[in-house]
Amino acid sequence: MSGWSVHTGHAAQLLRDNIDTDQLIPARFMSTPRSAGYGDYLLHDVRDQYALADGDTIIVAGRNFGSGSSREAAVYALTDFGIRAVLAPSFGDIFAANAVNNGLLPAKVAAEDLKRLSGNLTVDLESQTVTSGSTKIPFEIDPIWKLKLINGWDDIDLTSQHNAAITAFSRRRPKWAQPAPE
Amino acid sequence: MTEPANLLQKLWASHEIERAENGASLMWVDRHLVHEGSHHAFGKLAARQMPVARPDLTFGVVDHYAPTRDRAQIDDQQIARMIRTLETNAATHGFQLFGMRDVRQGIVHVIGPEQGLTLPGLMINCGDSHTSTHGAFGALAFGIGATEVAHVLATQTLWQSRPRAMRITFDGIVGPGVSAKDMALHWIAALGSDGARGYAVEYSGAAVRALSMEGRMTLCNLSIEGGARFGMVAPDQTTFDYVRGRPFAPRGETLEVAIADWCALSTDADAAFDAEHKFDAAAIAPSLTWGITPAQALSITDVVPVPATPTEREALEYMALTAGKPIAGTAIDQVFIGSCTNARIEDLRLAARVLEGRQSRVPGMVSPGSTLVRLQAENEGLDRIFVQAGLEWVGSGCSMCVGMNGDIVAPGMRCASSTNRNFRGRQGPGARTHLMSPAMVAAAAVTGTLTDVRPLLDGRVAA
Repeated sequence: MSGWSVHTGHAAQLLRDNIDTDQLIPARFMSTPRSAGYGDYLLHDVRDQYALADGDTIIVAGRNFGSGSSREAAVYALTDFGIRAVLAPSFGDIFAANAVNNGLLPAKVAAEDLKRLSGNLTVDLESQTVTSGSTKIPFEIDPIWKLKLINGWDDIDLTSQHNAAITAFSRRRPKWAQPAPE
Repeated sequence: MTEPANLLQKLWASHEIERAENGASLMWVDRHLVHEGSHHAFGKLAARQMPVARPDLTFGVVDHYAPTRDRAQIDDQQIARMIRTLETNAATHGFQLFGMRDVRQGIVHVIGPEQGLTLPGLMINCGDSHTSTHGAFGALAFGIGATEVAHVLATQTLWQSRPRAMRITFDGIVGPGVSAKDMALHWIAALGSDGARGYAVEYSGAAVRALSMEGRMTLCNLSIEGGARFGMVAPDQTTFDYVRGRPFAPRGETLEVAIADWCALSTDADAAFDAEHKFDAAAIAPSLTWGITPAQALSITDVVPVPATPTEREALEYMALTAGKPIAGTAIDQVFIGSCTNARIEDLRLAARVLEGRQSRVPGMVSPGSTLVRLQAENEGLDRIFVQAGLEWVGSGCSMCVGMNGDIVAPGMRCASSTNRNFRGRQGPGARTHLMSPAMVAAAAVTGTLTDVRPLLDGRVAA
């Protein structure tokens, strides 16, 4: 995964609350091999209700975006469609973690700023701002996630530096914590 | 003297391997549960040519795509491929799989506890948002995405920031016909579908203590529908009695040591929480959803609300309901009893009690939470009650809760469902879902309408 810090693109306004992961990608598409691409499945059954156009790379949405299922396929559908950042007042916890793990920014913006975010936007991760014409709006992102997005870090690589501590810890787990098959 | 700690802090401390400067914790995973839907994670592992770090702590089960009928021969090639992929991954990496022909097969959040894989004091992860179910034992259990699943497979650890702690207390006792499902819908409706976002919820109070393990699992299961990744109940004698004798649970002296350790897993007096909410259990009526999020829920005695926001207006339109009209009496087209939320033996017993000697006015399916639950129910004659009522008794899996195996609700049909999500299209494109307890689903079946289960229980339950 490669890192990024500035992105400029066209925003789609999907100003509805609770756009859940079942809407982002219906479950029936989730057996698709990753290599086949998931972009066509984004909002598949409700596309006519949303003003999302080919070429949009930013989504501006209502609160609790990505609530529900842990399906990372919801993020694949967004990133394969070309989306780089979602700007919303809040996100489902599991969705937000999945997004960051795939280089997609879940940026928290204040609800009252949403309507001002349309057309071409520039998202700057370093300064945590979105610029729309002459308007500059701040957003929030977990500082750990911010670093991960900018650097394109891979957790498995990072964790391998902790192997000794992991092994030592695993040996300290009590006996009852081990599965005891009959 | 040590600082008073809450249950979350104790469980977190006992699994934290290291804490990075930025505050993220590297956490040890005691049990990793995988299913057919984990194929992306195994794909990531294969791309790196990495083995599964701890196959002895990894357990697989077929549930999301499991056919509920004609299980011997799977005709749908896509489904057959998903199941075969999991079987291949289990064989390649050498972890235990509860496959389609295994009597221990069932929904991952039902079989974990059933097999004694779920224990107090463990950290349990699975690529499924309802992993919070296992928190009912006083475990740290939460759903993760595919990249995180791959990380656990590769390292048996997870990077995670500790959530904030919320305590939800249910004082008093619930009335007859009111269950853990109603308690869950009640708090989620009160706080909203993101009301507990960013928090781990500990459930406490007399009404929670009075719940069976099945009820506690239902309550913890639904935590995610209020936005919380974690739900927990401190373990007690009810927990220990449930765990004792389970196939993978500790035995003998090891179990006695375990119980001594588990007794320390409760929130200390004076421990602080970041948020606290209290509810009066006695005031909770049988509940159900009217809209398209689990938070859009009300009592069966209520009227359909007048929409206050565009989102609520859309929900009402999607559900084809009229504001101001009583929700009771709304005609339904079908029923479903199943899912990791409400398909355990106790759920089936309650539903059967309502249906016994009665006919369902609408078609419907009953899918037990596991094959062992199915066998137990058949042993008790519950299957005959469902079948005589006109409902279909099928095999175990996620089934019509998520529709991945082809069990779906047709467009525009209204389904009374014991499941966990009433999202637009969740049970099938255009499907209209009303979430409720299995007893309430049974009552809806008997009357063909959304209805209060309590009169139908008259003379059938001990008060």
